[in-house]
Amino acid sequence: MNLLRQLLFPMIAVAAAFLVGGIMVLIVGDSPFEAYRLLLGSALSWPDGIGYTLFYATPLIFTGLAVLVALRCGLLNIGAEGQLYTAAFATAWVGIKLAAFPSLLLVLLCCLTAIVVGGLWGAIPGVLKARFGSHEVINTIMLNFVAVALVSYFTQYYYKIPGDPILQTVPVSGGAHIARLGKFIPGLPERIPLNLAFIMALLACGFVYLFLWRTKWGYEIRATGANPTAAEYGGISVRKQIILAMAVSGALAGMVGINEVLGYRYRYYDGFSANYGFTGIAVALLGRNHPAGVLLSAILFGMLIRGGIFVDAFTNNVTKDLVDVLQGMVILFVAAEALFRGPFGRFGLLKRSKV
Amino acid sequence: MLWESNSTYKTYKTSKTLLQLRNITKHFGAVVANDQVNIKVEPATIHAIVGENGAGKSTAMRIAYGFYTADSGEIVIDGKVRDIKNPHDAIALGVGMVHQHFMLVDTMTVAENIILGAEPGNQTALDLSRAKAEIRKLSEEFKLAVNPNSLIENLSVGQQQRVELLKALYRHARLLILDEPTAVLTPQEVEEFFAILRRMREQGKTVIIITHKLSEVLAISDEVTVMRDGKVVGRLPTQKTDAAELARLMVGREVLLRVEKEDAKVGSIELQVKDLSVTAADGAKRVNQVSFEVRRGEIVGIAGVEGNGQTELIEALAGLVEPARISGQIRFEDKNITRFNARSRRELAIAHIPEDRHRRGLLLDFTLEENSILGVHYREPIVAYAGHVFLDQEEMRSRAMEILEGFDVRPANPELPARSLSGGNQQKLIIGREFVLHPRLLLVSQPTRGVDIGAIEFIHRRLVQLRDGGCAVLLVSAELEEVTSLSDRLLIIHQGRIVGEVDPKIATVEEIGLLMTRGH
Amino acid sequence: MKDLFTIALVWSTIRLATPLVLAALGGLFSERSGIINIALEGKMLAGAFTAAAVTYAADAKLGLGPASPWLGLLAGMGAGLLIAIIYAVVCIRYKADQVVSGTAINILMLGVPGFLSGAFFLSSGSTPQIPKEQLIPTTPIMIALALVPITWYVLYRTPFGLRLRSVGENPEAADAAGVSVARMRYAGVLLAGVLAGIGGAYLSIGQSSLFTRNMTSGRGFIALAALIFGKWRPVQTMLACLLFGFTEAISIQMQGVVKFGGEDIPVQFIQMVPYLLTIIVLAGFIGSSRPPRSLGIPYEKEK
Repeated sequence: MNLLRQLLFPMIAVAAAFLVGGIMVLIVGDSPFEAYRLLLGSALSWPDGIGYTLFYATPLIFTGLAVLVALRCGLLNIGAEGQLYTAAFATAWVGIKLAAFPSLLLVLLCCLTAIVVGGLWGAIPGVLKARFGSHEVINTIMLNFVAVALVSYFTQYYYKIPGDPILQTVPVSGGAHIARLGKFIPGLPERIPLNLAFIMALLACGFVYLFLWRTKWGYEIRATGANPTAAEYGGISVRKQIILAMAVSGALAGMVGINEVLGYRYRYYDGFSANYGFTGIAVALLGRNHPAGVLLSAILFGMLIRGGIFVDAFTNNVTKDLVDVLQGMVILFVAAEALFRGPFGRFGLLKRSKV
Repeated sequence: MLWESNSTYKTYKTSKTLLQLRNITKHFGAVVANDQVNIKVEPATIHAIVGENGAGKSTAMRIAYGFYTADSGEIVIDGKVRDIKNPHDAIALGVGMVHQHFMLVDTMTVAENIILGAEPGNQTALDLSRAKAEIRKLSEEFKLAVNPNSLIENLSVGQQQRVELLKALYRHARLLILDEPTAVLTPQEVEEFFAILRRMREQGKTVIIITHKLSEVLAISDEVTVMRDGKVVGRLPTQKTDAAELARLMVGREVLLRVEKEDAKVGSIELQVKDLSVTAADGAKRVNQVSFEVRRGEIVGIAGVEGNGQTELIEALAGLVEPARISGQIRFEDKNITRFNARSRRELAIAHIPEDRHRRGLLLDFTLEENSILGVHYREPIVAYAGHVFLDQEEMRSRAMEILEGFDVRPANPELPARSLSGGNQQKLIIGREFVLHPRLLLVSQPTRGVDIGAIEFIHRRLVQLRDGGCAVLLVSAELEEVTSLSDRLLIIHQGRIVGEVDPKIATVEEIGLLMTRGH
Repeated sequence: MKDLFTIALVWSTIRLATPLVLAALGGLFSERSGIINIALEGKMLAGAFTAAAVTYAADAKLGLGPASPWLGLLAGMGAGLLIAIIYAVVCIRYKADQVVSGTAINILMLGVPGFLSGAFFLSSGSTPQIPKEQLIPTTPIMIALALVPITWYVLYRTPFGLRLRSVGENPEAADAAGVSVARMRYAGVLLAGVLAGIGGAYLSIGQSSLFTRNMTSGRGFIALAALIFGKWRPVQTMLACLLFGFTEAISIQMQGVVKFGGEDIPVQFIQMVPYLLTIIVLAGFIGSSRPPRSLGIPYEKEK
């Protein structure tokens, strides 16, 4: 019963967002039913629909988990964008520089790099907050810009193919590629970029759950997020938790690099992130800050991204901006939880949970 | 008693009752804060409203001031029913309120704070010079000396209170409601404060003071209304009553908090505090060169008016104050633990029951089970398996049940959120959690604040039991009855210093009271 | 080195700083009342798009000629105001987390302009070009310049400013004094919306001649950074905006490479400067940075 209660609210938020989106489609002169039919239909077809949906969902699972871990410690990590960019670039760098290494070792090192670099970039705002008390929201936003500039610089000056107009690095060594799922699943062609990183994302969900709810470190992070004064009383070092949570958060965000560089483009491609960091916030909130919820939300948003392309191509006036609109509305409705508490509060249906 | 009794009580038989609350009822969720409350205040009097914490006094007055709206009932001022929906309406009717926690903006000046919401001049320009002139006039009239240009954050508490009074007077308040006005004043400041009140009454102002300090009520007020559990249980002219009767009305029965206990069997020194000082963020010394000892098998009590350094002392002993702000020594079983953090201290079997259970003691949104391992969550037996990283669910459950059942926590369901428990049960949970550590030293502060009678007796019994088992207990309490009946030795703290030690079995309330309020 | 400080550079700095000043001062009113304004970016985008769309429509479709940009400016202000109203209601009335709601608005504003222009102008996110005569390159600069002393005066010398500041520092005290906390916060947020709308409008119909997707590309965040760097005070904020405008001007002028004492400095490093500076300031290395005390905390009457 508790589970149903937890699910009800996100469903309402999504429904409300779709409602508003539908009205907007109507305003610009198309049929909402047609638009949504296209959206959902193209997202759920086999093999392309589901394949691409899950592929688009993969980075969102990582960033959603990243935001989740930080939120559980009472921190808002808006820096997933910067964390995934630095991690992705570093991953590509390792894949280029250590091309001589045997494949398995190389892949392992690349994955490790993504995790460590993302973790370090995430730890910076953590340290700033722990040591100086400066708010992580502003610092992470600023570091996003710094990361983008830094990585763009390195790409442009050191790792670009000379004469290539696109800002991207040389390809990584073939040994650094990770397999597409099409290799293992009959009926799924390998041209669809869904790859092993998706499996890693699923494992990451499990890992986050175990970490937060079954280990002492997770207990300390959650206690700090729930009540730092009481956590301190219980012998927990609040400063350490802040840094740890931000580092783990950054590491999770960094894993986006694995999907992108090792499983899809096989190089670092400047600007590859379609706002994964910010969408991660929506995913975490909609998923009620729980790994299972994050998984479901990420898949939902993956569906929106996949479907958006089709909606754009096959309607007269609707563009794929509809996806941004739906995303924004979902976050807004989730944030304004109180909006819904009125009519439903009487039935005790919606518990006020701490975001 | 301590102050002169109030002897001037003028009757204004010809004037109407100034303020009347009729059948005021107010709920906060499921809690009934005010239940058919009826209060009458006559003009040019000092009227006291007394009751224990949570009796509903502040709520009733905040309704009169428009800060809250009553669910039902009426507010009558000068004989006419008034519709007071917000402080603005109340101010317009001449009602002013000074809250227990001052409502001042630290970064703005005295003048700015006083005129906020009632600014002279027009919308496009503040007329600060006119404001300052008027403030000076009021200062003179009511002997409230204060510099209009000072920043609030640089003023003492007594001065800040004067600013609050000026705020109300500036808006031509006829009725001033003061909520626990002496809670944070030094005895000197209290005397000055009473003089100000008397002057106001002379000038025809009416004053309501909300307080739980009976001695002050008897000293300064003309009439007193007693509240208990949200209801009014009595209204008396001060001259015709005494502390015993008021206390009885407040509590509802003969106040008898004597705890049955044997003499202490005292052993070696567990805790030794030498010249301990704790400096606050603003540089002031909250704890000033304090020295004392606590031995095995005894309860040492610290009595004092709240705000005299007890909080900082306990927090320093528990390891919750940054070492940079501490000077002096804390020794435990002959080990210097001054620089030890909270975790290390708990590992040495020093337990701590904090004075603010919601802020310090509990993770309200966590389950009872998760709360019961707070402090031991990282070590055996709670942690097991590979590398001592994973929480052992069975161990957690058994420890939780040990605490819930052993300490009468109701309901004893380990999966409930801590938030859902009543104050008394929350406190029992915390006590149980600390007691199962089998502490050698227990630091406990305000153990029965906001706790129902049944739980109070339980907690007192367990504390004595712990002492009998050989634990050293340091008890801080603002309830004089509690601290005198539980302690074997009683220290009195005043402005951060230990100003005396008495034998609680022999010392009189007067003696202790004088040390608490005067320091000597 | 001498090439650096030409008149062109100064002028360029002022032009680039203008939208920042407008948005930052708007943000100042909002944050001083206690409401964090992450959504400056979204409000600017709303203003930019609406101004461009309306100006184009007024000129090409309605033939209103020279009146068009003024209409556009008004519309831009209105759009900023509308977005601000939504943000204000969500944060003040429904007490939503302000950062999350602000982020939602920003994401929305990535999509809504593109969505609408796709429908009305059949384009992929941009509005059609507006002829040069119907642009207003200088007026917004004047507005921005005048706004600095006006903001200072309003904040420190009027009852409105006094109440606004009190609500931001100690809303309980303000409430007890009879000041409506909600009303002051609405005022702060709506002002932010209007001013950010002007800032956005300047981008589309002042500095350039059309609206493109995500035109602001982070300027709203830079304005926020300038506000923090400027310690929430009008004059310091303006100086911070000038600094950030200066770094942007240099990176454009030098076309990718800055010559500094003979060495080439890649433009990306210049771009990083304002952000790094903000981080440093926020950490308290340059004076103490104390935001309004109630910033980000929804106001609820406690028992």
